[in-house]
Amino acid sequence: MTRHSSDKTLPMSRRAVLGGAAAAAAASTFPAPAVRAQGAKIKIGLMLPYSGTYAALGNNIADGMMLAINEKGGKLGGREVRYVKLDDESEPAKGAQNANKLVVGEKVDILVGTVHSGVAAAMVQVAREEQATLLIPNAGVGDATGKLCAPNIFRTSFSNWQPGFPMGKVAAEMGHKNAVTITWKYAAGEESTQGFKDGFATGGGKVTNDLRVPFPDVEFQALLTEIASIKPDCVYTFFAGGGAVKFVKDYDAAGLKKSIPLYGPGFLTDGTLQAQGASADGLLTTLHYVEDLPNPINQKFKADFQKATSRPVDVYAVQGYDTGQVLVHGLTAVKGDAAAKKDFYAAMKGYKVPSPRGEWTFSKSQNPVQDFYLRKVVGGENRYQKIAVKALAEPTDACKMA
Amino acid sequence: MDPLFFLIQVLNGVQYGLLLFLIASGLTLVFGILQVINLAHGSFYMIGAYLAFWLTARSGSLWIAILGGLPLALLLGFAVERLMIRFLYKRDHLTQVLLTYGLILILNEAQRLIFGSDVHGVPVPEIFAGSIQLTDTLSYPVYRLAVSGICLILVILMMVVIQTTRLGMYIRAGSVNREMVQLLGVDVQRLCTLVFAAGAGLAAFAGMVAAPLSSVYPGIGEHILIICFVIVVIGGIGSIKGAFIAALLVGLADTFGKIAVPEFASMSVYAVMAAILLWRPQGLFGRAG
Repeated sequence: MTRHSSDKTLPMSRRAVLGGAAAAAAASTFPAPAVRAQGAKIKIGLMLPYSGTYAALGNNIADGMMLAINEKGGKLGGREVRYVKLDDESEPAKGAQNANKLVVGEKVDILVGTVHSGVAAAMVQVAREEQATLLIPNAGVGDATGKLCAPNIFRTSFSNWQPGFPMGKVAAEMGHKNAVTITWKYAAGEESTQGFKDGFATGGGKVTNDLRVPFPDVEFQALLTEIASIKPDCVYTFFAGGGAVKFVKDYDAAGLKKSIPLYGPGFLTDGTLQAQGASADGLLTTLHYVEDLPNPINQKFKADFQKATSRPVDVYAVQGYDTGQVLVHGLTAVKGDAAAKKDFYAAMKGYKVPSPRGEWTFSKSQNPVQDFYLRKVVGGENRYQKIAVKALAEPTDACKMA
Repeated sequence: MDPLFFLIQVLNGVQYGLLLFLIASGLTLVFGILQVINLAHGSFYMIGAYLAFWLTARSGSLWIAILGGLPLALLLGFAVERLMIRFLYKRDHLTQVLLTYGLILILNEAQRLIFGSDVHGVPVPEIFAGSIQLTDTLSYPVYRLAVSGICLILVILMMVVIQTTRLGMYIRAGSVNREMVQLLGVDVQRLCTLVFAAGAGLAAFAGMVAAPLSSVYPGIGEHILIICFVIVVIGGIGSIKGAFIAALLVGLADTFGKIAVPEFASMSVYAVMAAILLWRPQGLFGRAG
């Protein structure tokens, strides 16, 4: 954990002065409290994976977020920003402890994190207990904006259900009638395939078999043989990292790619294409971002991010950037007073985010309502094909706010 | 189930089992003869996989990578035995577990520093690149069959060395009564170094051969470690023959577990282990004791 030089200003006293909507309204009329607020730095807790498998994702999220804030002068609502970084190690067992360290120990004004769904679930619990403001820049765990949704929890990325739905819809549009799904036996896999099923059903398609591999097993040969004997019209799969690489290669090596099309969420071919090689050629996936998206904000973002970090952009950098944009907008509306929660949250919720992925807004469950794109792997790159579904919101039945 | 698909699944199970044997054989040697619990066995596998990736990328050929990588792995095994394991033969298993677990952490971190966290692919060698059409939709990659062939050759080679050569006799005798072998004038220290290096070499070789099948990613070593211990325990500690039978059993149990009882697929292998240990607590070919 890296701690920056200690700043002993207690946010509590400021909260006492400015607490409540009335005080915030007063702040917009009289400059005095705003000037006082500018004196203290606003504390952002960044709980992200800075080591391990997801380190690259964590760094892109953090750098994307800082890029958005630095574009606006490096301040949030007129206040200087202090980042408190904490490596979550993608370790769910330490999730609650680490989140408490930032929220209770460091008294951060805003908590941002994380990549791993299991860790994010622990952060959601802490945010609910402590009434802390939480922005989730990646983890797609359904409950965060479903069963466990709360006014103080925002997600700027996606829910696991979302990238599956448009793929199902596209598969049905292409005339496929029945499908087999294959994924690891864990929550993210179930949520993703449920999305596909729902999308597939809108076009009259039916999933006949759900094949499951114990997590994190990567021996697929038995189930590939099973797919060959079922002979569905198409296969939908959700694997990530090493599993995604191996599955795509094994699927091709088993000769199935020639006769049964393979579909998946964009994560199947994100950051894995080099290792997948020719086996990934022609694969269709759906996601809320693709690098060659033809809009001016994306062009500018790609150049700026590359300049700031010397790294190419990816979907994680975009999600980080949007997290930064949402914070800038929300805190500008309350002149940097993160304790004026009602107005702060209302401002974020009403924001039309001018994102590199295309404009999006928050749903009632505070998850993005966003366009999903059909992408195709051509020559080792994901290429934009068309908009698969416009302004897709996750189902909000489970969320009491919606 | 269609008989043709049943046969293909048997092939899947046997093929997976042979690959598992290749990985587990080194562990059973070290465990059985040196009585050392080597948790870092998976790390040698990982090192093999990364060597295959690194050297194949440079030389363009997996064969050259294996020829170049194998001596490196043997050398590393030699160094680890001479500098660390050597001092633990008389200590209890807990000390060995502590040291070899520490090795896992160090080697994983080294891997991350050198190669990063990305997933890498290793191309299948040109001559085995094809596949055999089995049904109208399914074909079988030739490389998988080639790996099975390599494993079979290795099984025979190991059996011959252990059963018929003087070195094999020393190894067998050393695993029964080390002091007696020493009294008869055999340099047991040297024998131990040799066996440990061979174990590390076998694990690394398995990692290299499996790299084109499994791709190369962080944590690849831990992945196979547990299943290796399962095989060693089922087969009887130290028995190559036992490890061979056990690996085939585990391969088949895993394959048919996934199809027949998908809800309990993650348990099928352990159910087989529990059943066998109830019947023979010392494992299939283990010495009762």
